[in-house]
Amino acid sequence: MSETVHVVEPVERAGPPPRPAGRRNALSLLRDALLRRREASVLIVALALMAYFQFTKSIFLTHDNLRNIAQATAPNAIVATGIVLLLVSGEIDLSVGMTFALAPFLMHYFADFYHVPAIAAILLALIVAAGIGWFNGFISIVLRVPSFVATLGTFYALQGFLLTTSHAYPAEIPKGMEGAIRGWLGAADWAELSWCVVIVVVFHVVLTRTRWGLHTISVGGNIVGATEAGIRARRIKIGNFMIASVLAAFAGIMEAFRVHTIDPNLGGGAQIPFLAISAAVIGGTALAGGSGTIAGAFVGALVLAELQDGFNLIGISANPYFLILGGAILVSMVANQYLSRLRRTGRT
Amino acid sequence: MATDSTPIPTQAPAPAEAASDEVLRVEHIVKRFGALTALSDVNLRLGRGEVLGLIGDNGAGKSTLMKIICGYHRPDAGRIFVNGEEVALRSVDHARAVGIDTVYQDLALVNELSVYHNMFLNREKVWWPFLNNRRMRRLAEEHLADMGVGIPDVGVEVAKLSGGQRQAIAVARSVYSDAKVLLLDEPLAAMGAKEGALILDLVRDIKARGEVSIIIIAHNYGQVLEVCDRVNLLQHGEITFDKRAADTSLVELNDLVVAEYRAARARRSAGG
Repeated sequence: MSETVHVVEPVERAGPPPRPAGRRNALSLLRDALLRRREASVLIVALALMAYFQFTKSIFLTHDNLRNIAQATAPNAIVATGIVLLLVSGEIDLSVGMTFALAPFLMHYFADFYHVPAIAAILLALIVAAGIGWFNGFISIVLRVPSFVATLGTFYALQGFLLTTSHAYPAEIPKGMEGAIRGWLGAADWAELSWCVVIVVVFHVVLTRTRWGLHTISVGGNIVGATEAGIRARRIKIGNFMIASVLAAFAGIMEAFRVHTIDPNLGGGAQIPFLAISAAVIGGTALAGGSGTIAGAFVGALVLAELQDGFNLIGISANPYFLILGGAILVSMVANQYLSRLRRTGRT
Repeated sequence: MATDSTPIPTQAPAPAEAASDEVLRVEHIVKRFGALTALSDVNLRLGRGEVLGLIGDNGAGKSTLMKIICGYHRPDAGRIFVNGEEVALRSVDHARAVGIDTVYQDLALVNELSVYHNMFLNREKVWWPFLNNRRMRRLAEEHLADMGVGIPDVGVEVAKLSGGQRQAIAVARSVYSDAKVLLLDEPLAAMGAKEGALILDLVRDIKARGEVSIIIIAHNYGQVLEVCDRVNLLQHGEITFDKRAADTSLVELNDLVVAEYRAARARRSAGG
C-alpha cells in the first residue's frame, strides 16, 4: 500500500538512504515483494495452483474451463471488495448474503409488479440495497451495536422478507431484461468477470489513492486519532456499509442473469459472506481493521474458485473442498500475523 | 464574576506585557462536573513565542483546563481571548481554526499509515480525486528536515517508529498546520531519556523561531522546567503559582507540591 516509486528528491536526506540499490539479488527482491505487497504471496499461490491443476488435467486452462473459473470468481470477488472496505474500516457485514439474493427479487418486483422500466428497476434495486447498507451502518455506528451482531440481525430479517414476499419460489427474469441487458449484465461469456475487474480496480484505487481510502484506513486503524484529526468517522463507516450492500446487490443481480432464474437461495445465503470474508482474509486483509487489500481479495477469490474447479476436474468430491478451504484460511491468517510482525519490526 | 473585566488577573505578580504580545488569555474559568468543581477560578496567559509549563498533581484539573482551551469542554463561566479577541470555542475544530492545536497523549497518529500521510491526515493534498502522494511526501520531508526531525524515510509506516519520533511527528504536524498555540499533553510520559531529549530539542527549536507559543502540560516537571519560560502550578482548580522558570527551581516546586499534599492530608484527617 505504501508507494513503491521513489521520487527523485532535490532535498538532502538526513542519514544514509534506507536501501542500497546495488546489492539486490532476486531472492531479496522476492522477500521484499512478499513483505511489502500482501497480494504477492497469494498471487504465487494462485499461480502455483494453476500450474498444478494444468499439469494434472490439461483441460484446466481451456477456454471453457477458464470461463467456469471466471464465473466462480467474479461474484465472490465483487462482494469481497465491499467486505474489504468494511474490514479495513473496522466493521463487518454478514447481511450481504441476503442482499445478494434479495436484489434480483427487488428488481423483479419493481419490473413486473410496478411496471418500472428495466434499467430503472435495476437502479431502484441498487438504491434499496444502499438503504439496507445505511440501515446496517446506522444500527452499528449510531446505535453502537457491534456490526457482527447488527448485520446478523439484518441477515435474518432480510431472509424473512425475501421468503415471505417470494413465497420461497423462484421467479423468471423480467421480460424486458432478456437479451441485451441480461447479456451485458452477467449472462454473456465474460461479462461478470469484466464488471468484476472494473469494480476491483476502481475500489483498489479508491482504497489506496484517495482521501476516502486513507480515511477508511484511519478510522479502522485509530478511530480516536482519526476523529481528533477531524475525520468524520461515522460518515466513512456508514458509507462503506452502503458500498458493500450495493456491490453485493449488483453481484446478485448479475448472478441471477447468468443462471437465468431468480432464486431465493441464490448464492446459498450465509455462504456468500463467508466466502467473501475467506477471499479477503486469504488475500491478506486482517480482521483487526486498518489494513487490507482489494486486489488481494480478488486473487483470494480466484484461489477459492481454482480449488473448487480443480477438485471437480480431478474428480475429488466436493466435500474435501471445505477441508482445504478451512486449512487455507488458517494458514493464511497465521502467515499474515507472521508477515505483519516482520513488516513492523524488520527494515522496510 | 465572569463578566469582571479587570485585565490580566494573575495571583502572582507577572511581568507587565502589552496585550499585543499575548496570544492566549484565560480569565476566571470555572468548570463543574455535577457536584465536583474541577476548576474554580483559573487565570492564565500565554505570551507570543512563550513556552509555559502547566504543572500540577493528578486531579488538579490540568486535563480539564486543557480540554477547555482546546475546545473539547465548554467552561461554565469565564472568558477566553485569542490574540486579544474574545472567542467562545465551540469545538475542537473551531479551536483549531483559531489556531489552537493539541498534541494528545495518544498522538492521534494512525499506525498503519506512512509518516507523510499522518502529517497530512485530513488535510491531504489532492489532485482530485487522487491523493497527491508525491507532493505530500516532498512537503513532509522538507518540513521535517526544516524542524530538525530526522526520519530516514517518510514513506515508512508510523508503527515502525520509536515513541519519540512519533511524538515529534505529531508536534511537527501541528506546527505545520499553522497552529499559533500548541498544547502538549504530557509529552514526555512513558518516554526514555534519549527520546525525551529529542522532544525537548524540538520544543527549543520551535521556541527559537518564536512563531508558535506552547503550553506543556506535565505532572512530572523535572525535565519540562528546562525548556519553559514560565511555570504555572495548578492546584485544586486554581493557579496558585506563576513565576518565570529562571526565578524558580525544582526544589521550590517540589516543596509547593509536597506542602499542598500535606495540607490536603491534614484536611482529610481533620475532617474524618
